[in-house]
Amino acid sequence: MLYSDKVMDHFNNPRNVGVIDDADGVGEVGNPVCGDVMKITIKVDDTDHITDLKFQTLGCGAAIATSSIVTELAKGMTIQDAVAITKKQVAEELGGLPPAKMHCSVLATDGLKVAVDDFLVKHGREPIAGPILSEDPNFDPHAEEEAPVSTAEGAENCHLHE
Amino acid sequence: MSDTPRSVYLDYAATTPVDPRVVDAMLPFFTERYGNPNSLYALGRDAYRGLEAARESFARNIGAADPGEVIFTGAGTEGDNAAVLGIARAGRARGKGDHVVVSSFEHHAILEPAHRLAKEGFEVTELRPREDGIIHPEDLRAVLRDTTVLVSVMHANNELGTVQPVKELAAATHEVGGYFHTDAIQALGKVAWDAVDLGVDAASFSAHKIYGPKGVGALYLKRGTPYEVYMIGGGQESKKRSGTQNVAGATAFAKALEIMLDERDTENPRLAALRDRVIDGVLLMPHTALNGARDVPRLPGTANLSINGVEGEAMLLKLDNLGIAVSTGSACSSGSLEPSHVLLSIGLPPEIAHGSLRVTVGRFTTDADVDYLLEVLPPIIAQLRAMSPVYAKMFGASA
Repeated sequence: MLYSDKVMDHFNNPRNVGVIDDADGVGEVGNPVCGDVMKITIKVDDTDHITDLKFQTLGCGAAIATSSIVTELAKGMTIQDAVAITKKQVAEELGGLPPAKMHCSVLATDGLKVAVDDFLVKHGREPIAGPILSEDPNFDPHAEEEAPVSTAEGAENCHLHE
Repeated sequence: MSDTPRSVYLDYAATTPVDPRVVDAMLPFFTERYGNPNSLYALGRDAYRGLEAARESFARNIGAADPGEVIFTGAGTEGDNAAVLGIARAGRARGKGDHVVVSSFEHHAILEPAHRLAKEGFEVTELRPREDGIIHPEDLRAVLRDTTVLVSVMHANNELGTVQPVKELAAATHEVGGYFHTDAIQALGKVAWDAVDLGVDAASFSAHKIYGPKGVGALYLKRGTPYEVYMIGGGQESKKRSGTQNVAGATAFAKALEIMLDERDTENPRLAALRDRVIDGVLLMPHTALNGARDVPRLPGTANLSINGVEGEAMLLKLDNLGIAVSTGSACSSGSLEPSHVLLSIGLPPEIAHGSLRVTVGRFTTDADVDYLLEVLPPIIAQLRAMSPVYAKMFGASA
């Protein structure tokens, strides 16, 4: 399994690490049981543009790199465009991800979606992000295309065996 | 960082560099003594003599009753597969019953054939080690039956380095009339190994873990042990393993074992001291733990530690950036979503197993190598913990 140079660059020099204390929206996805957790905090201006965002991630090289690239992609976007970022786009931006790591890009896009919806709900607006892949128990985590990360449900969601 | 990147290899349980003395021993068999050992003319007889000299040396050094009990193979995995499948099937055919016991922290080279046996109608018990990293003989006794045909427990666990009481486990197995196999791939050359004294019926070995080449292994099969042959064809290795023998590889393996034994009395204490420096150095960091009990028999060179609040692959990559090669039991390092089955088997929760670090020292490891690891590891851990959204929540402390 080899990581692209771009993945290693984002892993070694992650962009936008940290927490925005007066964030407008917060998203946290993943589960330590499965080995990865991402938290993302965003600032949104009154034209619905994401002006700043920061992340923290516990996870492997791909989890950290996908978190980093998502913050870079989303900065300056409208929230509508930001929630439309796909896991495929994230992987492409990074010069590809090994198949076993595709679920990491879901973690990153899901974190962003949860943060956007958190912002909207806090302002009395309807959420727009749609289904959070990593929270859908019906996803097959071993399928390359729709691999989810798991959520607060615990070990079952990352398909740990006894 | 200096211009010349440093390279510090601390993954000797994964593989080892071939010792130059081993290379010297095997080289003539490539270009000069290249005959097929099964050919009758002089060149073939010469290769045959080389092969049998290697077999005799190897057999003597593992305490086999006679050299015919040593079968050279193409890998440690081959010996494991051949023993588990071959003994269970042939034993059942001889009316020994269809119950098989393997420990749950075996290498996949044992677990996968055990799963295949289950599909063939065998009853397979996976026996869990205790938290200390040991399969206790009384725990084995509790699962043995009159129908037990085969028990396979590794001599030294590859991830933890804990050494199993093989002699007692073999004796317990024999009490019910079963056969006992041990995967001795990590143990060979490091712990006392005498087939007759241990009382095992079969054992598998691999050359590349003891400074020999990759792709060379051996299977000890005690005379009289039921065995369904795994590789069939030209009938080499007394019809037990067809295929033209790897004379250079067998020679190298025998030489590698000789060197291990010659140097063991000085090398084992040196490695144990390096290993203990690694363990003690890592344990200085908060929220770390040694995996497996410290006071049980252990390989001299293996340390497996939990570093809570980090993910193992990220730690491995950061160390790799600095030229250090180590191993981890995190799911992400394996390409699956599950952390090491070995760490789970001794009761580690998955969130802890994801942050494991295995450091294995060996023949070419120096004090300076351990110094370097212990110097660069704490800032890496601190950096990764600081980047984690849950470290403070889970462990209630700063990095």
